[in-house]
Amino acid sequence: MAETLEEDVKTNPQGDVISAAPTPPKVETEKGAAAQRVVDPDYLILQAPREKTFITGSEAAKEAIRRSNVDIAISYPITPQSETMQQVGYLYAEGYLKDYYRAEEEYGVMSAIAGASRSGVRCLTATAGPGLMRGIEAIASWPGARTPAMLLVMCRVINTPLAIQPDNIELSYLLNTGLIVLHAENQQDFYDYPIIGYMVGEKPEVTLPVAVAVDGFFVTHARGWVRLPSADIKLPPRACYHEAVPMMDNENPPIRISRDAPIQKSNFISYQMHASWQQETWAAAERSRKWLKRWLGGLVEVVNPTAKTMIVASGAAVSQSREAVRQATEQGSDIGLIKVKSLRPFPHQELIEALDHAEKIVIPEFNYPGWLAKEVKNVIPRTERVISGPRVFGGMSMPTELLLEYVLEGKKH
Amino acid sequence: MSLKGSAYAVLPGPEGLLPPSASVMGVVLPEEGEGLLEGRIVSEDESMEAAAIALLTRKNPTLFPGPLMIWGWTEHTREKSSPFFEIAHEIPGVRIIPMPDYRPIYPKIDPEAVINPCHPNLTIWHNKIEACILVGLHCHFANVTLKMIRAGTNCYTIALCAEAGHEDAMASVPNVGAEKLYKFAEALRRVKRNGVKPLYQGHGIIPSGWAQQAHLTGADIERPQEEVHVGHGLSHELERGLDENEE
Repeated sequence: MAETLEEDVKTNPQGDVISAAPTPPKVETEKGAAAQRVVDPDYLILQAPREKTFITGSEAAKEAIRRSNVDIAISYPITPQSETMQQVGYLYAEGYLKDYYRAEEEYGVMSAIAGASRSGVRCLTATAGPGLMRGIEAIASWPGARTPAMLLVMCRVINTPLAIQPDNIELSYLLNTGLIVLHAENQQDFYDYPIIGYMVGEKPEVTLPVAVAVDGFFVTHARGWVRLPSADIKLPPRACYHEAVPMMDNENPPIRISRDAPIQKSNFISYQMHASWQQETWAAAERSRKWLKRWLGGLVEVVNPTAKTMIVASGAAVSQSREAVRQATEQGSDIGLIKVKSLRPFPHQELIEALDHAEKIVIPEFNYPGWLAKEVKNVIPRTERVISGPRVFGGMSMPTELLLEYVLEGKKH
Repeated sequence: MSLKGSAYAVLPGPEGLLPPSASVMGVVLPEEGEGLLEGRIVSEDESMEAAAIALLTRKNPTLFPGPLMIWGWTEHTREKSSPFFEIAHEIPGVRIIPMPDYRPIYPKIDPEAVINPCHPNLTIWHNKIEACILVGLHCHFANVTLKMIRAGTNCYTIALCAEAGHEDAMASVPNVGAEKLYKFAEALRRVKRNGVKPLYQGHGIIPSGWAQQAHLTGADIERPQEEVHVGHGLSHELERGLDENEE
C-alpha cells in the first residue's frame, strides 16, 4: 500500500496558499494577530476610541507594532533599543509576528530587512547610535530599492568616548539617505508614528522606507500617558503588488522582472537612468506629504502662532520647550513653539509661513552640530533671526532654565 | 479649469539634461475623478480628451504596454487587454512597442521592438514618436522613463496608471482599470466626432519590429542577423556589448 505523503504547500509572502485547487478554509487559532480584526487605516489612526495608559516609550512602540500587522522583525541588540525589541519579541511569542530573529550585527540586520521587504512582507527593525552607523550603508540602499520597511531609531551618543546616553547627532547622517524620517517627541508619538509610517511608506506612489526616531532613554525608558485604541484591531496587510516596484516573487511570471531589476546592475545602466532613479526616489518622499498631513495632522504643530519669539524643535527638545513656554507665559512673556514632526520630507513651506512674523527664532537641540538649525536656516528668509541653541549633548539634559536664558534673556551661545 | 496645482509646467521636451521631478517642483497627484494635464489638476475628462487629441494629431503615436499589461499573470491584467486593443484601434497609425520588463538591454536594444527604462529615448528617437501612452508599468519605472523622455525628446507622454497617477507625464489619470480604459477609448471616439481630424487615416496598428511584422502580417520575416565584429585585444567584447539577456 502506497504511503500517504504530506502535500507540499506553497504560499505567497502573505501566507495565502498558491494552488490550482480550491483554497481550503483557514483554520484560525484565535490568538495574537489571528484574533484581530483588520480595519481601515483612517479608523485605526484617527477615529477609533482610545483609552489612556501610562507606559514607557518601548511599550508604546510595542503597542504600535501589535496593531500594525507586521510580518517579520529582525534586529541586533544595542542600548537603548534593546528593550523595545525585547517587547516586540513578546509579540512574536503571543502570535502577532510571523517571524522574529536576532541577526549577526547591524549590517546583517539592515541587509536582511532589505531582502525581506523586497519579498513583499511588512518588516520592522530598530537600532540606536553606533548600530545605525554600522548599518547605514545598507539602510541607504533601501529607498532606491523602494523597500517600505520600518526603522525605529532610539538615538544615543555615537562619538568617542563611548557612551550610551541621549544625543541625536546620528539623525544628521540619516537625513540624506532618502528615507522618510519622523521625529517622535514622546511616548504617544512613539505609538502613533510607526503605524502612520507604515501606511505612508506603503502607499504605491511613495513606496519608501520610514524611520521613526526618538530620543533614547528620555522617551524609551520613561513612562508617559499614551492613548491607545483597542488591541483587537490592526492595519490591513501590506499590498505589495500595488507598490512602485515589482516584488521578488518566484511564484508568478515573469520572475525575471523582479529578479533582474537594474538596481543590481548599475554598471550596465546609463548615468542618466541612475540620476533619474535618484530623482524619483526623492520625488516619492515629496508625495508622502499628503498622507503625512492627513495622519499626523500636519508636518508641524504650532503653539502660540502670533508670538514674536518662536522656538523650533523636534523630538524630546519639544517637550522641554513646551515647559519653557509654560514658564515664560507665567512670567508674562508670549513665546511660540513649532514642533517639527517630519524631518524628511522637511516642512519648508510650513516653516516659512509660521515664522514669517517672528523676530527671534530659538532652536534647541540634543546634539553638537545643530543639524535642525542648519535645516531651518536653509529654508527660511532672514536667517539672522535664528539663534542656534541651546544645544546639549553627550547625555546632558536640557533644563528649561537654560532654554529661558536663550528665549528671554538674550543668550546666544 | 482648476487653479489647483503648481506653476511648473510639464510640457513636451526636450527640456535638457536632468529636468527636475515634477513632484519636487510642487506638482501634486490627482484624486479620483481628476486628472493631470501638463502639471495642473483638471477633471478626468479634460485630461483624457487632451491626451486623445495628442495621440490623434501628433506624429507616430505609440502605445507602450508594460509588464502589468502584457503578461497575463492576474485576472486584472487579463481584463485590461481588451480595452487596450480598443484604444489601439481608435488611433490610426498607432504602434505598439512593449516594455516587457525592466532589465537593462545595453547596448543592443532593438528600438522597433521594445522600449527599455534604461534608455527610453532611443526608442522614441528611432521611431520619431511624438505621442505615447505608458500603461501597465510599475510606477517607479514609469516615472524614471517619463522624466528621461521629457529630458531628451519632444514626445507628448500620457500615463494611464492603475495607482495614483504620474506627475512627470503631460497627461495622466489615476486608478485606471478596464473601465477607465474603455472610457479613454470613448474619449478618442468623442474628440473625433467633435471634429478632431486624425493625422493619419485608416484603421489598424502599424507593425513594429521584425517579430510583430511577422506575427501581424503573416509575412515570412526572419530576425535580422547581428553584425559581429571580432577585433583585437580588448575591443571585441566591448564593441559587441555584453549580452544582458544571456543566462
